[in-house]
Amino acid sequence: MTFARKCLVVQGLSVKRLVYSVKLTEYTRRSFAVVENRSNFGHKSSPIDMLLFNRLLILTIFFPAWLSAQVRITGKVTDTKKRPLAGVNIAIKDSYDGAVTQADGSFSFSPSTTGELTLFAILNGYQSLEMKINTATNEPLNIVMKSAANSLKVVTIAAGSFEASDDKKNTVLKPLDIVTTAGAGADIVNAIKTLPGTQQTNDREGLFVRGGTGYETQTVIDGMLVRNPFYSGLPDMPGRGRFSPFLFKGTTFSSGGYSAQYGQGLSSALILESNDLPTRSSSSVGVSVIGVSGGLETLAKDKKTSYGVEADYTNLAPYFNVFKPKQTVNLGPEIIGTSANFRHKTSKTGMLKFYGYANWSNMGFSYNSLEYPGNTESYQVRNNNIYTNLTYKESLGNDWKLFAGASFSTNKDRIKTDTLPKFPLESNIGIGSDLTQMKVMLTKGLGLFSALRFGGEYQYAAERSSFNQYNLNYADNYTAAFAETDVFFTHSLVGRFGGRAEYSSVLGKMNFAPRAYLGYRTGVHSQVSVAYGDYYQKPEPQYIRYDRSMDYMKATHYIATYQVMSNDYTFRTELYYKKYKNLVKTVPDYSNNGDGYAQGFELFWRDRRSIKGLDYWVSYSYLDTKRNYLNYPYQVQPDFAANHTASLVTKYMITKLSTNVGLTYSFASGRPYYNPNQPLDKFMTDRTITYNSVGASISYLTSIRKAFTVIVFQVTNVLNSKQVFGYRYSSDGTRRSEITPNTPRFIYLGMFMNFGTDRRQDVINNL
Amino acid sequence: MKRFFLSFLMIAGVYSATMAQSAQYEQVMSKNITELESPSTFTPAGLTEKAALFERIGDAEKTQWQPYYYAAYCNVMNALVTTDRNKVDGLADQAEADITKAEQMSPKNSEISCIKSLIATARLKIDPMNRGQQYGPIAASALEDAKTQNPENPRVYMLIGQSLYFTPEQFGGSKEKAKTLFELALQKFAAFKPAYKLDPTWGEGYTRGLLKSATEGK
Repeated sequence: MTFARKCLVVQGLSVKRLVYSVKLTEYTRRSFAVVENRSNFGHKSSPIDMLLFNRLLILTIFFPAWLSAQVRITGKVTDTKKRPLAGVNIAIKDSYDGAVTQADGSFSFSPSTTGELTLFAILNGYQSLEMKINTATNEPLNIVMKSAANSLKVVTIAAGSFEASDDKKNTVLKPLDIVTTAGAGADIVNAIKTLPGTQQTNDREGLFVRGGTGYETQTVIDGMLVRNPFYSGLPDMPGRGRFSPFLFKGTTFSSGGYSAQYGQGLSSALILESNDLPTRSSSSVGVSVIGVSGGLETLAKDKKTSYGVEADYTNLAPYFNVFKPKQTVNLGPEIIGTSANFRHKTSKTGMLKFYGYANWSNMGFSYNSLEYPGNTESYQVRNNNIYTNLTYKESLGNDWKLFAGASFSTNKDRIKTDTLPKFPLESNIGIGSDLTQMKVMLTKGLGLFSALRFGGEYQYAAERSSFNQYNLNYADNYTAAFAETDVFFTHSLVGRFGGRAEYSSVLGKMNFAPRAYLGYRTGVHSQVSVAYGDYYQKPEPQYIRYDRSMDYMKATHYIATYQVMSNDYTFRTELYYKKYKNLVKTVPDYSNNGDGYAQGFELFWRDRRSIKGLDYWVSYSYLDTKRNYLNYPYQVQPDFAANHTASLVTKYMITKLSTNVGLTYSFASGRPYYNPNQPLDKFMTDRTITYNSVGASISYLTSIRKAFTVIVFQVTNVLNSKQVFGYRYSSDGTRRSEITPNTPRFIYLGMFMNFGTDRRQDVINNL
Repeated sequence: MKRFFLSFLMIAGVYSATMAQSAQYEQVMSKNITELESPSTFTPAGLTEKAALFERIGDAEKTQWQPYYYAAYCNVMNALVTTDRNKVDGLADQAEADITKAEQMSPKNSEISCIKSLIATARLKIDPMNRGQQYGPIAASALEDAKTQNPENPRVYMLIGQSLYFTPEQFGGSKEKAKTLFELALQKFAAFKPAYKLDPTWGEGYTRGLLKSATEGK
């Protein structure tokens, strides 16, 4: 073989290689470039060149492995929006060959075999790709990966609701947040009052949401309605929630636009989901300046059944002996609370839950009469309340799920008062209600996330009331049917459409309430949503009692939300408009001629990252609302609504001292109050002073013997700011008294111990 | 005769091919397992790279649990060392997917239970206040399983000791007990013979480090 022919062979080879566009390494490419250059410049090859060619030839012939290793597979991986994906595992089937994509999505590697290969692209959270490639092709690969159906990345149904749950997915609040919010006293509703949309109405029971009254918020436990979720309070002294926040794994506070599953709440729904089986058996005791508590929770050996009982006794009399309240105690105040739960896993997917509580409370105060100066008036309430709730959930196969629930509750208030007329005899008022409820719901999963839900509900309510020897009772049969579908058009766009039809026998009327929701994911962490819905609610029993011809009250919600949520921070803003129709009027006669509106915007910001150890959230609400209801002469801002409310909640963990410090500041602008001395056109134009409250709490975590122990010290209204919720006037309008908290500042010290449950891992801190 | 010879050749060929495969497998695995000990590998990028490689080996081999075990190990270590809290759950998910594959091939494996405990610990660590109740018991019971499955596994004692060491005394942690466990772990390390040369052996140096700080810390 002549040099020339060798030369040709080499050239041919090199040309071939280039033609076949096998991607070469820098080294070989450069070598070939040298070869080409030389052959271009000198038409006749020098012996040195020939030597080089020779070497190359030898390499070409005898080291096919070496050469084939120079075949490189390169490319870039992006998502469907052309953003580079890093960390993608690029693999060749049945070999170890592959690479991981860099931050810019690029990858490059040399496979150990050439020819037709099967290439995989794998990334957690994305749909894996499989493709045939040929190493003879020089083209860099452009790989586009679609995000996998993964609940973390899918748009959520979020308008109007704040969720606190343990799930891995992001939620605005965690169950523990409710317990550790300073100033809330481990009361669910008090903690919720630090979220936007709520009013600082600490003179009345319940959650006042977006221009709505406390009656317009419904509380639901495991899908079943709870009547009387608050202890019976006294005038100007609201009762706290009846149940412990520790019993719930999830709390959703919806300030509007909620699901067709729930009815009979014009403004808001507080949806509580009880714990599943505990991880271990445990027992607990607690002692505080106001009472004692104890509990027992037992998990069966097979870990399929558990039961628990809790009891507590609260008596404020000793505390009030030291810290005198404004009014004089003349009954109790004492509360006996008991609760029981039973949970049983009926199958791999089935769960039966029972939860019930029974409470007894006695409290009464006497205070200086406004109407008859120099006299005192007394008001005493004795309450007993039982609530039971039994639910069953099971998968029926074929993507069908069943929910069935039944609940029964009974509540009785016995009130003794001499406040009404100036009369030597006291009045006895009795208010009672029983509620029996049944609910069935079927869910059919459609694809990965979409679902269809429908079901029905029946409630039998007996409402009793007595005034001395007079009785006024009625019963209502309420039936409702609902259907709703969640449609995930894409991973980024979801719609929820549904409706609810209700019939109440005492009103003798039917209603139909459509609901709709659209959510669109705008980024990895952000989404926008809009919601619309009609909401109906029966007037309060105290009005239906006197007039059976009443109609449902109605509210229509329009909500727009934008939220950004990552592990470390949450930003959320909501804009809403709510229209009220058929509100109850009591003047001149009982009627449904009332109406009104509420509109505003809300901001929420939570940051758990910027300052190490500090977790804080800020909420602000602007509310513009007017209504004409009860005895209002025309539409005005009601006396429970402030235009501006804001809260700042901070929690700081001092790891070294294993102490948690919390500070909560709440603000509300002045609320309207009725001043009878004003002319009619100035009705409700007076405003109270602004509301300011700073709550502080310190919790020290330790262990005494083997018990996990928490010592809690809490003070409400630390700065002793004056808080005025309104004024009460004598009937001639000449005298007035401020409505202020009975105990302007409350100091609480308590210790809670938990035995048995190994909480050691709770606060494992190996950083 | 000719057929016999041919079939013999074929068998020999197949045999040598599997031998070659196995030899390559062992060689690649050994090399990469050794590299896991180098500090340059123990970076987020290095661990991602290695995890992906072990996953590829696992997918290609199909019957070996060790590649998936090491893939899970790399991912969970990455989850434990990363400073970006937002990445932890993703890495833990990946580790969980890997360890589930390993467990399918080798159920009731003490080493695999150790990784499961580490995965729960990684998840817990980014939000102990809220996640403690959920992941604490999972981490603890996985270690109990690991101990039952192989009481001679030194990594079990190292991990129990570590949890005692880093948990504040008031939550049941104890530097004293941790020290005893580290010493016990070291004894077990000295006696530990992996059943197969690619089985896990890591942790001895780390335990020494922990023991040293436990001893000096007082």
